[in-house]
Amino acid sequence: MELATFIQTIANSVVAGSIYATVAVGLALAFGVMQMANHAHGEFFMLGAYVVYVFYALGGMPFPFAVLLAIPTIAVIGLLTERLIFRPTRGNVLAGFMATAGLTWILQVAAGRIWGLAFMKKIPTPYMGAATIAGAQIGLQRVIIIPAACILLGLLWFFLYRVKLGKGLRACAQDPEAAALQGISINKMTALAMGIAGAYAGVAGALMAPIHAVTPYMGRDLLITAFIVVIVGGMASIEGAVLAAFLLGFIHTFITTIFDATSGVMVGVAFMAFILIVKPTGLMGRVKA
Amino acid sequence: MSVLPFFAREYHVEILIIFLINVILATSYRLIATTGDWTLCHVVLLGVGAYASALMAKHFGWPFWMTAPLAGATAGLVGLGIVYPLLRTVGFGFFIASLAIGEFIRLIWIKFHTPFGGPRGMINIPYVGELGPIDFYEAIPYYFMTLVITLVCVIIMYRIDRSRIGDTFKSIYEDDILAASIGIRVGRYRSLAFVLGSFFAGIAGALMAHRLNAIDPHIFGLDEMVYLLVWVVAGGTATFAGPIIGVAVMSFLFEWTRPLLEWRPLFFGAILIGFLIFMPGGLESLIPKFTRLFGNRNAVPAKAEQPAGAKEPVV
Repeated sequence: MELATFIQTIANSVVAGSIYATVAVGLALAFGVMQMANHAHGEFFMLGAYVVYVFYALGGMPFPFAVLLAIPTIAVIGLLTERLIFRPTRGNVLAGFMATAGLTWILQVAAGRIWGLAFMKKIPTPYMGAATIAGAQIGLQRVIIIPAACILLGLLWFFLYRVKLGKGLRACAQDPEAAALQGISINKMTALAMGIAGAYAGVAGALMAPIHAVTPYMGRDLLITAFIVVIVGGMASIEGAVLAAFLLGFIHTFITTIFDATSGVMVGVAFMAFILIVKPTGLMGRVKA
Repeated sequence: MSVLPFFAREYHVEILIIFLINVILATSYRLIATTGDWTLCHVVLLGVGAYASALMAKHFGWPFWMTAPLAGATAGLVGLGIVYPLLRTVGFGFFIASLAIGEFIRLIWIKFHTPFGGPRGMINIPYVGELGPIDFYEAIPYYFMTLVITLVCVIIMYRIDRSRIGDTFKSIYEDDILAASIGIRVGRYRSLAFVLGSFFAGIAGALMAHRLNAIDPHIFGLDEMVYLLVWVVAGGTATFAGPIIGVAVMSFLFEWTRPLLEWRPLFFGAILIGFLIFMPGGLESLIPKFTRLFGNRNAVPAKAEQPAGAKEPVV
């Protein structure tokens, strides 16, 4: 591999890892608080991309504004999912997950009906130009994902470890009953977790919109990756999810560059099976997956 | 069921054949689910059986009565391979790890053009030939062959369910730690359930491959898996008949919504959510309610409802 290609692949790996991390932290957070995961998480990502399509490509708003708009929009969808699906099925690990598998279909059909099943939505690239490092060219549109993800993950860390509400969220993830005895409302915390999960998946989709084929089914491949990330990192561990996201980002991007995309996903799954065999709790988890 | 095909059009006989295959699939899914392990790769194991049978028939020219059991055995072996890492997980982790591993197998089919035919799959799979004067190429003979195989499979699974092994599976579902403490090897029995379920899924796959004549990786995708979940959840898993009821009712709805092709996933998604929230016991939970309403009021109360995937959350 040439040096330029090598540097370019590393940059792409970091970009992929940033996106995986932004998507997977929401999944890990929600799993920690309510022991349930959201099958429609990939569709939240997809809807985030459509928010950018509607407000930036169709509405002519500035790109950063459209991305910021994705945060409250998808957060509200996350809150609705919590209220209408996860709360009625609480205490049943798989029911919420299977019900959101139904929600996946509903959102896919709805997106297809509203915006059409066209192969790809044309979204003009807001940041043309490329950064050149040692002969490797990296599109600016990709580069901005890295600081954006760093800011988002930093904000989440600050919220979870420095803000009282976030500390309550972590307490709830550690022991829901003890947290409830301290006066923390489980309902509010699960709603908050799902809101954050939705916001993060949505903003990741919004950032990816100009460099990814925007279709109603774009969330599906990412969902499997996000699940692998969460299992490898350790089910409820947010730090583990971030670490595993970057590992997976490097694995996927390098294998895809050297061989092809199918092999990339296959090696990712094999990596997950390997981690499950040697360390069933995941890299940084305390509970068995 | 035995006179039905004579009164139906050929198209409807084809639907009945697919229905019977789905009965094997849903019943074998329940066999695994009785241990509390809900998997998301069962349709992929159906595909393993279909591909195995198709490859054996196409490349070695073996007859169907040989390839079908071997397809089951192949699916069982693949199941044994997958369940090894999966045993490290319980409940929810099992669910999503099996999704990823199933995707791995599908990607193998997509990636390797020889012998699997890549993304476009395999075509010209030999039909089941003639047996004496009966030509199984025709829909009605094939229907009866499928009916017999389905009955045999379902009866075997019923016997397993009623046997000591089946009770052991259910004890693992109730409390795996307690089961382990009385000397049940939990891991071994969970693998056994998974392998048995995979075996019957493989046989269903062989039946499917030789009827459809062509298979590709997309018909064993996640969408089909969620349809299987819809059947099993709608029927319920507490009794043996639950998944069969689910397949029957949902297949009817599936054909009935054929004019609304694009809206169908939305419709079934709503059905899945509705059942999980409002009727977690599935359609089978209605039966004791009806018998209580119309029949003997002093009847023995029915077995406790077993909602889909209910297990204490693992903290």
